[in-house]
Amino acid sequence: MVDDSEIMTTTPFVPAGNRPIRALGLLSGGLDSTLAVRLLQEQGIEVGCVNFHTGFCIQSHTGAMRNPREGAPPPRHDALHAAQTLGVKLHLIDIASDYVRIVTHPKHGYGKNLNPCLDCKIFMVAKAWAMAKELGYDFIFSGEVLGQRPMSQRRDTFPVIDREAGVAGWLLRPLTALRMPETEPEKRGWVDRTRLEGFSGRGRKPQMALAKKFAINDYPSPAGGCCFLTDENYARKLRDLWAFRQQREYSMEDILLLKAGRHIRPAPHFKLIVGRDQTENRFLSGFRKGRVVIQTRNIAGPLTLMEGEVSSREDRLLACRIAARYSKGKESSKVAMSVEYEGVTEVMEVFPLPAHELPDQWHV
Amino acid sequence: MSDSILEIDARDLLCPMPIFKIDQAIMGVPLQGRVKLVATDPGIERDLPAWCAINGHVLIDLARKGRIWTAIVEKGS
Ligand code: SF4
Repeated sequence: MVDDSEIMTTTPFVPAGNRPIRALGLLSGGLDSTLAVRLLQEQGIEVGCVNFHTGFCIQSHTGAMRNPREGAPPPRHDALHAAQTLGVKLHLIDIASDYVRIVTHPKHGYGKNLNPCLDCKIFMVAKAWAMAKELGYDFIFSGEVLGQRPMSQRRDTFPVIDREAGVAGWLLRPLTALRMPETEPEKRGWVDRTRLEGFSGRGRKPQMALAKKFAINDYPSPAGGCCFLTDENYARKLRDLWAFRQQREYSMEDILLLKAGRHIRPAPHFKLIVGRDQTENRFLSGFRKGRVVIQTRNIAGPLTLMEGEVSSREDRLLACRIAARYSKGKESSKVAMSVEYEGVTEVMEVFPLPAHELPDQWHV
Repeated sequence: MSDSILEIDARDLLCPMPIFKIDQAIMGVPLQGRVKLVATDPGIERDLPAWCAINGHVLIDLARKGRIWTAIVEKGS
């Protein structure tokens, strides 16, 4: 941090050694954080960025596990590409294990689904501020816009984030700055407030106009969402996991598996994950260890994982009947299934479960 | 240029883990040292060149054989 005694009031502050002011930004790779970077670059500020991996990012894992359309470009990591376009250094930080407690026990509660946005923001901002001090950045910034998100981007929650992250006055929000009290970098003349924006609300038009001005045209669509915790279906599966384990915990394997396949819970003590296509089957195949793996023997069908209490033959039989109904043999009277568990393969011939015997409430 | 090549096996890891792995591993490599990355995540095709570009590393080679991508990266500034 720069010493107060060095501040000049009439001309922009230049730290010792005549180096430029340096700012560290939280970069998701979406349009808002990209524009925030550009606004500061326009003022000659040297920008570096940080991107946090929570384990719940939609674009990353999912993009890779879904079947890409023929001829479509492979999935990409938005923050990396934004950093390349912007010409900034990007620090990629894996916070997934520390992040568990944010998801399981958020002080400020959840949003509409299992998204602990306020706690998440506080956690990330605090991390970014600690990094900024360690790496010699003078302040931090984000692409947040007042009123854009119902939980964390509000007039009453911004000060909570700033205070609880221990960064009050040192987090600049360039896109919405004109609607906020002046921050230290503005007060000190490091940042020209008149060249910042006063965007608010959920509309995207001002951002798109600014993007056009900066000739930024390759940015992800905001409609896709970025975090599984805001996704209703995903949140339901995570709640189910917690309910049946009787504790709010998860491993990286758990949260990856919640992203793939049909999840079916025929009884409280076990669950099935049924692959929906070749790519998901391949993906699920990487999680065999410690689970029962069910596959059709002679015809095409999904790879199904069974997890929970799996020792009863009756349960394994029901699991096979469910798996068989998603195979090419679903209309047959008998389908041969192989059931692998702890190095042993058992063969079961089953009658695929008819639709009317699979109640809706089994689908998680 | 150093002759030693550090090999990173990132097979079966999904984005962004292969990039995290090489990002971590290259820290211990001397300037102009080389790293070989093997990955199965198709995202590597676009992400590795971007990661090299923003960090000043040189992507010497990136080849695909079936579902496996093999890359050689030379540590830059
Ligand atoms: S949407 Fe997800 S990543 Fe974004 S603030 Fe909320 S919990 Fe955090």
